[in-house]
Amino acid sequence: MSSVSRGFRGRRRDVGGEEGRVPPGQYVTQDFPVLSAGPTPHTPHDQWSFSVEGAITPRTWTWEEFRSLPSETVTADIHCVTRWSKLDTVWEGVSLDTLLGQADRGGMFVMAHCDGGYTTNLPAQDVLGGQAWVAFGYGGQPLPPEHGGPARLLVPHLYFWKSAKWVRRLLLLDHDMPGFWETYGYHNYGDPWREQRYSGD
Amino acid sequence: MDALDGNAIAGLLHNVFSSEMTTATGTCATCGSASVVGELMVYLQAPGTVVRCPVCGNIMMVFVRRKGMTCVDLTGLAHMAA
Ligand SMILES: [Zn+2]
Repeated sequence: MSSVSRGFRGRRRDVGGEEGRVPPGQYVTQDFPVLSAGPTPHTPHDQWSFSVEGAITPRTWTWEEFRSLPSETVTADIHCVTRWSKLDTVWEGVSLDTLLGQADRGGMFVMAHCDGGYTTNLPAQDVLGGQAWVAFGYGGQPLPPEHGGPARLLVPHLYFWKSAKWVRRLLLLDHDMPGFWETYGYHNYGDPWREQRYSGD
Repeated sequence: MDALDGNAIAGLLHNVFSSEMTTATGTCATCGSASVVGELMVYLQAPGTVVRCPVCGNIMMVFVRRKGMTCVDLTGLAHMAA
């Protein structure tokens, strides 16, 4: 298993400080607040699988197969739309470049489907090129269920509702559709640096 | 994380429906179960407030506060009786 350390941090970063690393309207927290719109699923590894489908050759990995894929250690600042940011979080995960392959996905969209029914939508270009992972480790430990374990999406450059907890399936689409919070008026894209909290922002 | 009960949204419901709602009965549009509002499962720690049926777990109500307004989705609620 390969392990690559990447410094993935918010742009406008000043080395060593918080200055320039906290998007507008956010505050830095040392805690890791648990946000959830429903009960925490506890899917055992032997019942867990991860699939890609839609406009892609369908593929399903068991937990064992998924964990044997090359993984990376990712250090990232994360930004929740409820206004907290957490700096230098350390994750371990499989890059979506590995899961979605090398084909050109320009103009396509990804809908993430999760245990519990949560969904969120992202442009495919935002989850490729070393920008997104399916993370199974946090802080050197297995990702706890309340933070999305066994595995969650990690897309640090967008508000954290896009980093869907308990992700099980990525559906590749040739058109965009709103996910759960996007349906309720949250921004379709969700760039924290442009403060895209709500549709129209 | 654990859900709160429906008393956690007493103030929110009062603002939306203009009356005391925690003893009202809401009927789930998914499974048809009638539950006292105070018994519903409430998730406040999210971008919005999500209220679920205590019987089947499906979403009955979603509230999103935005710029001083509360947007309400009651499509998971078959009806509400005070
Ligand atoms: Zn129900």
